[in-house]
Parts: sequence; C-alpha cells; structure tokens
Amino acid sequence: MQVGAAMVGALAAPRIASAQAVGRVVIVGGGFAGATCARTLKALEPKLAVSLIEPDPVFTACPFSNAVLGGLREIAQQQFTQDGVERAGVTVARRRAVGVDGKTVVLDSGARFQFDRLVLAPGIDINWSGLPGYTEAAAEKMPHAWKAGGQTVLLRRQLEAMDDGGLVVMSAPANPFRCPPGPYERVSLIAHYLKTKKPKSKLVLLDAKDAFSKQRLFQDAWAKLYPGLLEWVPLSKGGKVVSVDPADMTLATDFAKHKAAVANVIPPQRAGRIAEAAGVADRSGWCPVEPVSFESRLRPDIHVIGDAAIMGAMPKSAFSANAQAKVCAVAIVARLAGREPVEPRLINTCYSLVAPDYGITIAGVYKPTNGQLADIPGAGGVSPLDAPQEFRAREALYAEGWFRTITAETFG
Amino acid sequence: MRRGRWIGLLLMGLSGGAAHAASPDGPFGAMSCSGCHATARGVDTAIPRLNGRPAAEIAAAMRDFQKGERAPTVMGRIAKGYTDPEIDALAAWFAAQRDAP
Repeated sequence: MQVGAAMVGALAAPRIASAQAVGRVVIVGGGFAGATCARTLKALEPKLAVSLIEPDPVFTACPFSNAVLGGLREIAQQQFTQDGVERAGVTVARRRAVGVDGKTVVLDSGARFQFDRLVLAPGIDINWSGLPGYTEAAAEKMPHAWKAGGQTVLLRRQLEAMDDGGLVVMSAPANPFRCPPGPYERVSLIAHYLKTKKPKSKLVLLDAKDAFSKQRLFQDAWAKLYPGLLEWVPLSKGGKVVSVDPADMTLATDFAKHKAAVANVIPPQRAGRIAEAAGVADRSGWCPVEPVSFESRLRPDIHVIGDAAIMGAMPKSAFSANAQAKVCAVAIVARLAGREPVEPRLINTCYSLVAPDYGITIAGVYKPTNGQLADIPGAGGVSPLDAPQEFRAREALYAEGWFRTITAETFG
Repeated sequence: MRRGRWIGLLLMGLSGGAAHAASPDGPFGAMSCSGCHATARGVDTAIPRLNGRPAAEIAAAMRDFQKGERAPTVMGRIAKGYTDPEIDALAAWFAAQRDAP
C-alpha cells in the first residue's frame, strides 16, 4: 500500500501538468471490444472525452446465442443496452460511422467527430461476395445467425416449425472467421434440441475445413450424445459448400446437392465495413495491427480491436475482444501522455456447450513475439479428453458465470 | 471513494510497468483476468473473485495450478503462461484491488 501511494503520488505531477490535453478518443462499435474500451478509458482517465458510435440501441451478444437456438435460453438474456456505457461518462452517438477523413470520423447523418485517437471495433460483416447465391435476401430464408439478433430468432423459429424427421443442413466456412468453435457448439446444441424434441430428424454439417477448434472433444461428445443424429462432412469428404440456392433450399458442394428443411449458412466473413472505408483493412478483408497497442499497420493513429483485427494466435472471440480492449485503453492513455505502451500479456478462454451440462474449453496466454501475438509456449490448450462428467458439468457452470461476468464488465 | 481508489490502484499498476521500463514482470496481464473473475458487485458466478484476497493465497493457488494441483479446469492451462515474478506481481495487484460498485 505504501508503495502504491508513493507511485500514485509520483504519477500525479505529470498528469496534472497535462490535464488540458488529455485528448479525445472516438470508438466505433459498441460490442465486447468497443464498449469495454470506452468504459475502461473513462475509468483510467476520467478527463478524456470518449465517444462511442453505435447505431444499434440494443446489443445482442453472440456467446451463448447457440443456446437460444437450442431452446435453452431466450434472446432477451443475450441483450444489453449502452446505458452502462453512458453512465461511465461516455457520449454515445446512435449513428453509423461511414468514413474517416483525416482526424475526423464521418457519420451517416453527416455529423463529424474529431479524434486524437480512433478505435475501430466494428466486429464482422458477412462477405456477401464470398459464397455464390448467398445474398442478404437469401439470409432471410437460410439464416446465418452469425451476428446475433433477428437472425438468431429467425433460425430458432424455423427449427421450431420444422416437422419431426426433417433434415437440418449447416455450413461452416474456411478460416478465419468469428468464433472458431462456434459452428461446432451450434451443431451440438441444435442436435440437443432435435434429440429432445424431434428425434426422427437429422443434422448435417458441411465444412470447408478438415480440422477445427476442440475437434476431439466435440467429436467424442457427439459420439456419446448424438449418435446417428449428427453428421460432420469435412473438406476432404466433399464438405465445402460452393453455392446455395434459397429458392429450392439447397446447398451445393462439388459432389452433391443437399436439400434442407432448415438451412443455416455460416458464410465467409470480413472486418466490419468501416474498416475498409477507413483504410485499415488489407486484401484479406481483415485489419493488420501491431501487437502492443493494436495500432493499425496501415494507419497508426487508428487502433483496431476485436474480431475485425488480425491478432496472430488470438482467436476472434468475445473474451479476446474484451481483453484486447482493456490493453488498447491502457495503450491509448500512455500514448496521449507521451509514454510508450507497456508490453501486454493477454488471455483467451472460449467455453463451448455441447449439451446443457456439458462444457468444454480452450484457453491460451499470449504475448507479442516477432510482431504478432503468439502463444506463450507450454500454456493454454483444451479440456482433457478423459475428464469425468463432473468436470464437464463444472465447465458448463463456469461458462454461465463467465458470460454474466464479462457482460457486466463490458456493459456495466 | 471506492471508485477513486480502484482507479488509483489501477494506474499504479500501469505506471508501475511504465516506471520500470515496460517490464514484462509488471502486473499488466492482470487485465485479462476480469473477463472471468468478476470485479463488479452483484455478479452471480461460481468463478471465485480475486480482488482483495491475500496475495499469498492467490500466488499459492497459481503455483498449485501450474503443478496440476487443486483439480483446476482452465486455470491449470492459464497459470502455465506466467513466470514466478509475474505471479507475485499479479497476486499483489489483486490483493490491492476492491470490487467496482
């Protein structure tokens, strides 16, 4: 404590001297990355002028939205307002950011927000040119539900309306995409729904990959819980979907056409649109950043955090976005005070449910290495393959606690 | 008051890192922990809180987790990412924190 008091004292002098110039930070995007960054900035430096630009008054969280599809949760449990962000002293503008002009963000209303540092946290957009036949209109018949909200509700209603004995067809994209274990958690929880409510139905997951996150854990669980109900078709067995046709509800691979009663197309993705408009996305559609402060490699006065950014070994997850946002806030406060940001350590933990009382995890610890966030060797990894049911139940319980904790920290 | 104290201590942690020439031994990695370990009051979770717990208790738990003791779930995997001095810095930092309102 004495050390702490001394350090606060030592810090106070330069901070007061620079009180007139603490700066303006504008954040685009009010999800796990943007809202966390906004609130952390105000907690670290109350004198900062922090603005958050987010058109949607209600944020619908993707983590646990697969449980909504499985009938285990309601969509309202996924929804959060920006009230807690405003209570923290952040100015919230309910508009869409459409461009960046010098040190100014331009909104769809024509309003302009000047910044000293800009944080882009736009999450993902669907890459509408990435899968032939898959358009915004097609998504109303074959939902992606990869941005939670109306799409999640639509897919759940379709599952509820389907006759027992129907075929559900899902497709998963090639890497990289939001939430690497997400398609496999989803297929698990839809399988749980079918097993309990429509046991004559079948579920096929067509995959553009041969390997995926927590693969052995998922496959062991599927063999135990959903035998004969769920089929995973990898790339090497012709799993890659090359086009879809919403008119006859088919998903085509190079080898076959799959006609679905309910189709869930998880399409190719890219960084949210503002990233390209701001000039921080590269040809991959994602945003390269340096790994200490998450400043864009293309425009260093802009930070990019969360799913839109290329974060080396860190996956695109809500946990990662929240962790990156806190590091980014610290780096911004340092930059504005003329200090170099401190090298960070970051953690990610992704919980997945394969059934209501059956959770599995993957975790990692990361630090900047050769210009990228890299795994710290020897740390991280997945739940043990041979764990007893009590272990799976404990991870499922912790998953729920994690969701309540991270949403409380993010949205207040 | 509590809020001011929390901010002060947080800044202490950060400025501590800066004052020691961006030392990787600083408690910087602590900020990720609050994704799982609640710092706001009233959060219903089975995951233990860390703020205000004795530093020796937190450090002992981390070292046990590294060895696979205490039957951890994810913490066995996460603790292995931290060195001994990092664990001590984290533990001291959490011991000095108080929950946010």
